[in-house]
Amino acid sequence: MSKRENIKKTYKLYIGGKFPRTESGRYVKWIDPKNSTAVNICRGSRKDFRNAVVSARSAFSGWCSKTAYNRSQILYRIGEMLEGRRSQFMDELMLQGESQKAAENEINQSIDRLIYYAGWADKYQQVFSRVNPVALSYFNFSYPEPTGVVSAIAPEETSLIGLVSIVAPIITGGNTVVVLASETKPLCSITFAEVLHTSDVPGGVVNILTGYRSELLEHFSSHMDVNAIVYCGSNKDEIKIVQEKAALNVKRPIVYSDENWLDNKGQDPYRILNTLETKTTWHPVGI
Amino acid sequence: METFLHRIDEVGAQERVARLFSRSIKKESKINALRTILSMIDLTTLEGKDSPGKVKQLCYKAAHLHDQFPHLPTVAAICVYPTMVSAAKTALEGTGIKVASVATAFPSGMTSLEFKLEEVRMVVDAGADEVDMVISRGKFLRGEYQYVSDEIARVKEACGKSHLKVILETGELVTLDNVRFASEIAMEAGADFIKTSTGKVTPAATPPVVLVMLEAIRDYYKQTGKKIGMKPAGGISKAKLAVQYLVMVRETLGQDWLTADLFRFGASSLANDVLMQIVKQSTGVYQSANYFSID
Repeated sequence: MSKRENIKKTYKLYIGGKFPRTESGRYVKWIDPKNSTAVNICRGSRKDFRNAVVSARSAFSGWCSKTAYNRSQILYRIGEMLEGRRSQFMDELMLQGESQKAAENEINQSIDRLIYYAGWADKYQQVFSRVNPVALSYFNFSYPEPTGVVSAIAPEETSLIGLVSIVAPIITGGNTVVVLASETKPLCSITFAEVLHTSDVPGGVVNILTGYRSELLEHFSSHMDVNAIVYCGSNKDEIKIVQEKAALNVKRPIVYSDENWLDNKGQDPYRILNTLETKTTWHPVGI
Repeated sequence: METFLHRIDEVGAQERVARLFSRSIKKESKINALRTILSMIDLTTLEGKDSPGKVKQLCYKAAHLHDQFPHLPTVAAICVYPTMVSAAKTALEGTGIKVASVATAFPSGMTSLEFKLEEVRMVVDAGADEVDMVISRGKFLRGEYQYVSDEIARVKEACGKSHLKVILETGELVTLDNVRFASEIAMEAGADFIKTSTGKVTPAATPPVVLVMLEAIRDYYKQTGKKIGMKPAGGISKAKLAVQYLVMVRETLGQDWLTADLFRFGASSLANDVLMQIVKQSTGVYQSANYFSID
């Protein structure tokens, strides 16, 4: 009998709950640091981004109108599914150059982070809501609402924990997201899409692209149908592009520079608040 | 009446559509196509809850598609229900935009010929430049082709100088053979335009159906020298699809038909998508529906 060939995974994009190849047909050859494995990674184009924003926009109304409790359950479910795929992520993280100990730590942190935000999903509203004192006969209160579609440039240095730390607070707040994965460590990002796909996250709520940051950054920042952009990195020129282009439709730019995502400081409820807008209501009383 | 049926090769029609739809229209040609599409739109509101206020608003939109972007064409016509014709006529005075009204018991057509003719006269008196009638699909499917043909001829008579568009409601005609035959009946009975659908039945305009109707128009032109117009309607909401239809028209009927006098899109939300694409082409930035008027 002939020797059996291992079936290797094709790394594709994740848009609207599906795994399409890039519409451009372009690929980037990715080789691991030890030069043992080569993988073709989709070089996503601006049109892939455009399609992803359309998916994110159409998923938004359904996702933001789910109950906070339901969103919490789904985030918890992502954590459960990630736990179940531990060995697959171990392999990929180590292939991307991490030691076994570091990989294990990164996976643990990623799962814990999802559980952390699952816990916050039905609590941040109370914490960030307030009753405002006014001098008229109104009951005046403010509470947070999701911003809408958020585009995100995930941290370059980490593959899994960076992506999870960015995506989790955005979707916890009821937003939908299009995220560009790490350029140098893209494997875990697409595998994480498979986790999302099996966690009752509706298609389009999280869309994951791979490709060149330099090529896509401008479109992530300028798209008129994106309401906020989260940028991870400390490149001053890139930050300038993000802030200038974001001004086109006054989208909210959020920049995370020099963060240690593996640390517990990489998580807090204010990161949820960053992609929320505050609504204030004047309700007549005492008439 | 001669009941000679053209047999349409359904698989062939689909393959031809697939080939035509694979054309890529870019840059200058794309902008020209998008502007042409705008000028071909019959901006439509056909809802039971329509009010003179809503029609007035839609008429304003028809004449001022996106004022932030200068030198845009206006749409070809507004398409409304009979009771809204006079409101539309008043609102569009001096704009050059035509008023089209559906008539003949739209969308079902299930009433007597007398009532239908009365309705047509009513909308023509109210000032409708174009009348969109529906054929009696039930009669057609029962084989009463003569009745269908006579009905169209009588409605055409009642239209006077107004243009007549004949809606085949292809979603109810079942086969492409029927679509082809109904197109021929309508053209011979005096239609100025043939139109796919009311928009109230799914499927509405599908690419193979439009192709078959365009080919019927082409063959009729070759036989008689008369140019009949075409109006796909229902479900065309994306600029990309509209551009593909233009390619189909160009390749089937030639350049002559690429004008609002002979080709129209019946649509309510297409205009905004086309506008978004035009602005995208000029600014390089993907647009959001939030920055375009709803009606």
